[in-house]
Amino acid sequence: MTLAPASLTWFARHELNLAWREWVAMMTGGRRARGIGLAIFIGVVVVLLHLMAYGLVAPWVARGIAPDKPTLVLLSGSGLLFWTVMLSQALESVTRVYYARSDLDLILSSPASSQRLFAVRTASVALSTIVLTGLLASPLINMLAVLDGPHWLAAYGVVIALGALSTAIAVAITMALFRLFGPRQTRLVAQIVAGIVGAGFVIGIQAAAILYYGNMSRFAIFQSADIVASAPDLGSLLWLPARAAMGDLGASVIMLALGLGALTLTIAVTASSYGHHAISAAGLNHIRSQRRPSTRAFRPASQRQVLRIKEWRLLQRDPWLLSQTLMQILYLVPPALLLWMNFGDSGGAFVVVVPVLVMAAGQLAGGLAWLAISGEDAHDLVVTAPVSPRTVLIAKIEAVLIVIAVVLSPLLLLMAVSSPRMALITAGCAALSAGSATAIQLWFRVVAKRSMFRRRQVASRAATLSEAFASIMWAGTGALLAAESWLALGPAIVALFVVGLAKLISPRRR
Amino acid sequence: MTVPALAVSHLSKSFDRPVVADLDLTIRAGEFYALLGPNGAGKTTILRMVAGLLQPDAGDISIFGIDARRDPVAAKRIVAWVSDEPMVYDRLTPLEYLEFVAGLWQIDAHAAQAKANELIDWLGLRPHANELCGGFSKGMLQKVALAGALVHEPKLIILDEPLTGLDAGSARQVKDVLLGKVRDGVTVIMTTHILEVAERMAERIGVISQGRLIAEGTLAELRARIGRESSLEDIFLDLVAEAA
Repeated sequence: MTLAPASLTWFARHELNLAWREWVAMMTGGRRARGIGLAIFIGVVVVLLHLMAYGLVAPWVARGIAPDKPTLVLLSGSGLLFWTVMLSQALESVTRVYYARSDLDLILSSPASSQRLFAVRTASVALSTIVLTGLLASPLINMLAVLDGPHWLAAYGVVIALGALSTAIAVAITMALFRLFGPRQTRLVAQIVAGIVGAGFVIGIQAAAILYYGNMSRFAIFQSADIVASAPDLGSLLWLPARAAMGDLGASVIMLALGLGALTLTIAVTASSYGHHAISAAGLNHIRSQRRPSTRAFRPASQRQVLRIKEWRLLQRDPWLLSQTLMQILYLVPPALLLWMNFGDSGGAFVVVVPVLVMAAGQLAGGLAWLAISGEDAHDLVVTAPVSPRTVLIAKIEAVLIVIAVVLSPLLLLMAVSSPRMALITAGCAALSAGSATAIQLWFRVVAKRSMFRRRQVASRAATLSEAFASIMWAGTGALLAAESWLALGPAIVALFVVGLAKLISPRRR
Repeated sequence: MTVPALAVSHLSKSFDRPVVADLDLTIRAGEFYALLGPNGAGKTTILRMVAGLLQPDAGDISIFGIDARRDPVAAKRIVAWVSDEPMVYDRLTPLEYLEFVAGLWQIDAHAAQAKANELIDWLGLRPHANELCGGFSKGMLQKVALAGALVHEPKLIILDEPLTGLDAGSARQVKDVLLGKVRDGVTVIMTTHILEVAERMAERIGVISQGRLIAEGTLAELRARIGRESSLEDIFLDLVAEAA
C-alpha cells in the first residue's frame, strides 16, 4: 500500500520501521545466532517470572478475591506504584521527543508538518510506556487470569489507559516546564521530576511503612487496617481503575475513554507549539557555559591521579548523571531511616538494611563504571598518551570505587556505632557487589560517548543482567550474614558463578 | 645518517578486506609530509597504526628509532595525534583539558601551565579559556585539540584531516601553527583532501591507493613522473587512475 508522503500514517510507518530496526540491532548486534539465543533467554525469563507471579498470586486467590475495600485498596495502591513508574518513564521519553536531534533537523527543515511528527512521536512514547509496563505486569495479570478467571485480562485495558494518561500528563508537564524554565533548564528539571515521581512514591511508602509499621514492605501499608478503614466507600470513583482491572466492563470503558481522550486532547492542544520548542531546544548546543576564571596553578600529579581527577570532574559536571546518582542515593533514605529508628537495637532492622545498601552499591558502581571505562569522549587521546592501558583502567576503577566509598561511608559509620559487625558485613558485601559490577563493565567495555549512557543497558543485555543478578546475590549474602545464617554461602557462590559466567561470555574473553 | 622520524616497513592491515598492504614508508625528521589518497585508500588506517590506535597485522613501525610495536609507551611520549573529530571533553574548560593532557604526558606542572597559556594565546582561545568546551564550534574544538597535541612538545605530529569543517580563519591559524612547528624542527604528517593545502605546505607528498604507496616525492618529482606541468589535483587524479 502506498501512503501519502508526510501524512500521519506515513510518519507512523517511518517511526515504526526505525524503532523496529534499532531494537533488532540492539538486541542481536546484527547476528542471527544471537537472535536465536535471545529468544531462548526471553522464553526462560518469561517462564521464571510467571512462576514467581504464581507464588505471589496463588495464596491470594486461595483466600478468595472479592471486590471489597481491602482488595480495592491493595489493587489501587499497587497500581499507583506501577503508574508512578509509568509517568516517570513517559516524562523521560517525552523530553527526548523535544531534545533528541537525530533526524529532527532534517524533518523540521522540510515542508512536512511538525504537528504530525509530534503526534506520531507522542503516540510512540505512549505505546512504548504501555508495552513496557504491560510486560512487567503481564506475569501477575496472566496468573490471575489463569487461577481466578479471564476477567482479569481486562487489567491490560487499564495498563493501556494509564499509559496513555501518563503520556498526556508528561506532555503537559513538559510544556509547563518550557514556559516556566525555558528550553535550557527544562530537560534537567524534567529529568529530576521524572526521578522524583518514579522514586518518590516508592520511597515515601517505604518511609511511611518504617515510621508506622517498622518494616520496609511497600505493600504492608496497603494491607493495614487503619488505611483500609480510612479509605473511601466502595462507590468512590477512586476505585475505578481497580474495578476495571477486575473486569468491570463499564469501569474499563470509562478508563480507556479517559486515558485515550486525555492523550488525544493533549496532542491536539500542544502539537502546534512543538516545532517552536524543538527548534529552541536545538539552539542549546551552541550555548557556552562560562566558569569562574581559574587562577589555580596546574598541580603536579601522577598519571593515575590526573585520570581520576578528570573522571570526578566530568561526573560532577554532568547534571543528568548527577540527578540519576542522587536518585539512587534517595533510595538509601528508607534504610537510613530504619537504621535511625532502630538505633541501639541490633534486632531485625539490619537484615533489611544490609541488602539494600549492598544492592545500591552494585547498581551505582555499574553505572559509574560504564561512564568511566566505556564512556570515554576522548578515547583517541587516552590511547595515544604514553600511559599503559592497565594504568588507565586501574585509575578509572579507583575513581568509581572511591565515589561508592564516599557515598556509603556515612551510613557505614552510623551502622558501626550501633553494630561494628553489621558495618563490616555491609562494607564487605558492598565492596564485592561494587567490585563485581565494575569487573563486568570492564569485561564488556566498548568505545562509546558518555552521551550514550542511556543506551548502555540495551547495548549489552548480558552485562546488565549479570551485573543486576550479581548485585542481588551479594545483597542476599549480606542479608543472610546479618541474620547469622550459614545459608549466606549459597548466594555468595551463585554471585561468584554469575561473575565467572559473565567473564566467560564477555567479548574480551572471546 | 640521521634517524628518520618515521620508518614503516611491510605494514599490513585487513578488516573484511586488505586495507593496508605491505607498506614501506620513510619520513625524514623535520619534514612536512602530506599523505593523499581517495576515500577508503587506507590513509587513516596507516596513521592510526602509527599512533598506536590500531594493531597492525604485520610489519614494523619505528618512530625516531623507537620500535613502536615493542615499546609503545616510549614512542607515544614523542608523538601527538590529532584527528578530524576533535578529542575534547564537553565538560572541561580548555585550560583544564590542557592540564589533563600535560598530566598524561607527565610534563612538569609549572612548565605545562606556561606552555598551556602560551598556546591558548597563540590559538586565540584566551576569551574562552574558562568556558566548558561543550558549546564550542568545530573550529574552536579543533584548536583546543591542537593545543593538547602541542602542550607536551612532541617531535612527531600526526594529523588526520585536521582542516575538515574549519572556517578560513581557523584553517589559516592551524596551518600557521603547523608550519611554525616544522620551522622549529618538528615533523608533521598530515592527511588531507584539500590538495591545495598539500601543494602549498608539504615538502614531500605520498599518494596512497588501495593500501599501497603508489607515488612519493616533492611536487616537482611527482610532476616529472607524469611528464607534464600540472596542478597537484591533476597529478593526483592521474596517479590514482593509473593505479586503479
